[in-house]
Amino acid sequence: MYLSKRAKYLLGALTAGTLAFIYIPLLVVMINSFNPSRTFSWPPSSLSTIWWRKLGSSAGVLPAILTSIKVGVAATLIALVLGSALAFAVSRYSFFGKNTLSLLVIFPIALPGIITGIALNTTFHTLLDPFGRELALWTVVIGHATFCIVVVYNNVLARLRRLGQTLEEASQDLGANIFQTFRYITFPLVRSSLMAGGLLAFALSFDEIVVTTFTAGPGTQTLPQWIFDNLFRPNQAPIVNVTASLLVVLFIFPVWLSQRISQEDTGGGRL
Amino acid sequence: MLQRMNTWLYRHKGVRAALLLALPVLWLAIAYLGSLAVMLISSLWSVDSFTGIIQHHLTLTNFHQIFTQKVYGTIALRSIFVALVVTVVDGLLAIPIALFIAKVLKPRFRSVVISLVLVPLWASYLVKTYAWRSMFSDGGVLAWLLKPLGVSTPGFGLTATTITLAYLWLPYMILPIYAGLDRLPNSLLEASSDLGAPAMRTFRSIILPIIYPAIIAGSIFTFSLSLGDYIVVKVVGGTSQLVANVIADNVGTAGNLPFATAMAILPIATILGYLFIVRRSGALENF
Repeated sequence: MYLSKRAKYLLGALTAGTLAFIYIPLLVVMINSFNPSRTFSWPPSSLSTIWWRKLGSSAGVLPAILTSIKVGVAATLIALVLGSALAFAVSRYSFFGKNTLSLLVIFPIALPGIITGIALNTTFHTLLDPFGRELALWTVVIGHATFCIVVVYNNVLARLRRLGQTLEEASQDLGANIFQTFRYITFPLVRSSLMAGGLLAFALSFDEIVVTTFTAGPGTQTLPQWIFDNLFRPNQAPIVNVTASLLVVLFIFPVWLSQRISQEDTGGGRL
Repeated sequence: MLQRMNTWLYRHKGVRAALLLALPVLWLAIAYLGSLAVMLISSLWSVDSFTGIIQHHLTLTNFHQIFTQKVYGTIALRSIFVALVVTVVDGLLAIPIALFIAKVLKPRFRSVVISLVLVPLWASYLVKTYAWRSMFSDGGVLAWLLKPLGVSTPGFGLTATTITLAYLWLPYMILPIYAGLDRLPNSLLEASSDLGAPAMRTFRSIILPIIYPAIIAGSIFTFSLSLGDYIVVKVVGGTSQLVANVIADNVGTAGNLPFATAMAILPIATILGYLFIVRRSGALENF
């Protein structure tokens, strides 16, 4: 298409505008975390790192981070096993209901979190209440694992489709058994997609608030829940700002890393 | 022993597939779909108004309440309206940026700019929502920007909710459209130009029909995710509740779980209806 120079500049300007729209709010949060004033005011009158230094001593943040890490690691491990098993099955075998299953795996992430959350909440209550048991940490892990499966699945599936089966066939022709082929050929080839998928699954779990809210027991508080609880408390604003900025920085790292590792799907498997 | 297992597994392809499928099917088809089924059934339960204990016999009370009390109709229409506006806004923002990245930008800059769009997709959802609180609040960034122009900010409310939702789901729209444009061969566009079509005509007659399934694929995310969001309303939405707020407020000890699940059927039915309408576009094959 021969776009006129003017049309190209117009598209460029719109792109720049949209990118500004994407990044300005995040920048505001970052700048705000250096605002020494306790109450929110824009623009900040001066900049200081005082709240960053107080982060560690703020009540509740560290236990919440620890809870988030526990849930994230457990959910990621489950998602790694289930997601990669499903990816192998879908890419290597044909079976009844294959299309349905590959659509079903997307459901927990395409449907709003509140649907997954409330469905699990009702089911957990129905199953646990008769035994006098309550929601706890493991119920959160189940909820998170459910929507993390798709991320690992997409990453591993993309890799398996690209690889094809020729190398495995060659290995078996040369006399390796199924286990040796998996250990020496298949696994090393998909390892990096497992790592990319695992990192993204962890990031997704670490960020989740809605499913968490509906599946967490009374004593369980993840980091997003802590932020949400403190969002509306005026005197907690500085610590919320610092935690929020920290999350922006921390999130960019695993995503960047997983993109470096996998280099295949632009959506990192979330799309 | 291992050798015999190997031979056996090698001969029985079905067993290998079944071993791989057992856990994922158990989790997704039984646990997850099962929970959705429990949710649907529980919408027919009720709560004893004195004891607060869930009564497991089936009744249509919840649906009666939803259909007869006007407030729920208003909230439902408002939620669908917001989800549609968010979808249209995201579509309008995403098409130019996707077009620019895929067709104007030189290939070596493409991956950089697409990463710039992608990385915030993974930045914390809550932080992004919170960021818009600082934008819309009294004495916030928008107030500061708009003051010299003599315009006041909309403040917390439906406008803020819509903008924040559009912001949150924008990458979900950009990515499929970009992928669709990336696959569109340039020769097609050149042919259109050679035959004398101005850029606008090429866009309307060539590009738009081809990326239409991609737009629909993106819209499924923007529409469905907007329809199920309640956090954004709590953070920047002021008093205009959406359907997910009604659901969320009814979960918990003080709430009415069966009523919440009955209410949850509304977004599910709307999303399924939307999928049914767009099914013909071929967008679902992208998944």
